[in-house]
Amino acid sequence: MQRATLDLWVGLFVMAGIAAVLFLALKVGNLGGYDSSETYLVKAAFDNIGGLKPRAPVKSAGVVVGRVAEIGFDPKTYEATVTLSVSARYPFPKDSSASIMTSGLLGEQYIALEAGGDEKMLVDGDALKITQGAVVLENLIGQFLYNKSESETPAAGE
Amino acid sequence: MSDNLIEIRDLSFAYGPRQVLKDINLNARRGQVIAIMGNSGCGKTTLLRLIGGALRPTSGSLLVDGTEMGQLDQAGLYRLRRRMGMLFQFGALFTDMSVFDNVAFQLREHTDLPEAMIRDLVFMKLNAVGLRGAHDLMPSELSGGMARRVALARSIALDPMLILYDEPFAGLDPISLGVTGNLIRRMTDTLGMTSIVVTHDVQESLKMVDYVYFVSEGVIVAQGAPAEIKDSPLPYVHQFVHGEENGPVPFHYPAPDYALDLGLAA
Amino acid sequence: MIDTLLATLRRIGGRTVDRVWRMGVAARFFLLVLLHSGPSFRRFHLIVREIFTAGVLSLIIILVSGLFVGMVLGLQGYETLQTYGAEESLGVLVSLSLVRELGPVVAALLFASRAGSAITAEIGLMKATEQIAAMEMMAVDPIARVVAPRFWGAVISMPLLAALFSAMGVVGGYLVGVVLIGVDEGSFWSQMQAAVDFQEDILNGVIKSVVFGIAITIIALFEGYDAPPTAEGVSRATTRTVVTSSLAILGLDFVLTAFMFRGV
Repeated sequence: MQRATLDLWVGLFVMAGIAAVLFLALKVGNLGGYDSSETYLVKAAFDNIGGLKPRAPVKSAGVVVGRVAEIGFDPKTYEATVTLSVSARYPFPKDSSASIMTSGLLGEQYIALEAGGDEKMLVDGDALKITQGAVVLENLIGQFLYNKSESETPAAGE
Repeated sequence: MSDNLIEIRDLSFAYGPRQVLKDINLNARRGQVIAIMGNSGCGKTTLLRLIGGALRPTSGSLLVDGTEMGQLDQAGLYRLRRRMGMLFQFGALFTDMSVFDNVAFQLREHTDLPEAMIRDLVFMKLNAVGLRGAHDLMPSELSGGMARRVALARSIALDPMLILYDEPFAGLDPISLGVTGNLIRRMTDTLGMTSIVVTHDVQESLKMVDYVYFVSEGVIVAQGAPAEIKDSPLPYVHQFVHGEENGPVPFHYPAPDYALDLGLAA
Repeated sequence: MIDTLLATLRRIGGRTVDRVWRMGVAARFFLLVLLHSGPSFRRFHLIVREIFTAGVLSLIIILVSGLFVGMVLGLQGYETLQTYGAEESLGVLVSLSLVRELGPVVAALLFASRAGSAITAEIGLMKATEQIAAMEMMAVDPIARVVAPRFWGAVISMPLLAALFSAMGVVGGYLVGVVLIGVDEGSFWSQMQAAVDFQEDILNGVIKSVVFGIAITIIALFEGYDAPPTAEGVSRATTRTVVTSSLAILGLDFVLTAFMFRGV
């Protein structure tokens, strides 16, 4: 095969390969959606993080505004410390609250950020005061059974 | 400067415990065609590879153009090899390149000549072997004789001072035999180089060589000009030259008694 | 009785020592190829030629296989997800399976059988017909001229082929899931985008395919170069290339997956 035709085919092949990688990165993966531009870090303490993982989304009103950067444990308060990386495009008031939600019934867990009413905004390194830990299924079932037995006991009693 | 291009003194080569060559003494002058003959497995191909530098002698001296082959490093060996050519038994042409590209290979690898000049040189070399018209063919489209001629053209691409031929006559038809023999002689004379031909074709080689060395079991048993060899009284040489069935090289492979094998003896 | 046992043990031990020794020779060969790679890059058209032989000529089998694997994933995935009412996650299933595992591994296995065996046969045949020896006699280093370009050509082709395989697979999954079965197109892509992370999934897949490419090519080149110069020797070497490469791919896949996806 002539050199020129060979080079043409190889060039096409390499371009197709790179196009495939781009397709995977942008259309299949999340590279296009989330821009890793300026972010600020905010800490939050939870009594139970459930199944929350690093890089889980941080959503507000259902829109992804950041990612979970780090999950740690505070040996003094025996609580979980989660570091959130929020996009600098979305400033939140200082009294915002964070709760751990589940997408769907059995889905992935994420952090829902609800804006407060404070005029001052969170800055890098601040901590969220109001947090709601994950709903643990076993506790829910235990609570349900307890409530059920409570409502039945007066009837069974005298 | 000695008139001998190749001087071999008391050369010995062992492959592990096996002694392949012992006390070889050989001279080759510039412009000569030397034949090394012997039956299969006598060590003649090993000798060729030693001269080409593919193997290192175990002991003795091997001088090619005044350079001791055994003491060369890789770079020195490659430098010397650029002045040597080798013709392999079946040509060993590069199968993924055309005839033209095969002959042009060394020119493109070792020189900075422009393509126009390379084209002229390749055509000249191919013309010398009579295959200028076949320059576009691929090696798979060539006959055995043609392939070997192209290989010859390839080996003279850089006008070497020495060419080594490994069984150049093996498996050729009578016409190709004559052509090859003539080419070897003509190349050596026109280009003023030296040719070492390893062969067991007696007819063709005795027609055109200047001197013959006979090797048997790793030792040189006879040497001389073609006429001397043809009339040699030595039994091994005689058996070889005349193609006799029995002589120093026996017909029967070593075996126990015939009667014993047939179950007849007591 | 004891004698036969000892003899068997000695034989097994000998074979194992041979294999280990051979691996050492292969490792030295690898180093030699890397050291002699300079000329390949200075005369890049040599590598381009090998990218054609290893990459472009493998395109058909990679694209077709990728498409079929993706379609099967779509079908099987739908069946399984339906039992949990999670059909909308089909995109996630197809894309993650492909990008993380099937793309690099299956593409590598196909590459080993097609391009790997071809490389072994080529080099083995060149050695058997004395072309390598002829090159050495012409003062051209065969490792630099013949072996190294094939190494780099194949190593460059492998990740590209794996990416093309995964991309075709996603297309195949889409064709079956959305077009044929009727899964919602929007959730197919959006859930996929939410679940597939560039760094963790795609980049790791690319790294895997590069590692596989290196392993396959070195095995193929070494088997070809080391093969006995006979027809039988070359054909045995070709088989060995495919078997050894496949085992290496699967073994390396486990090691790499353990490192990369160890979970949090």
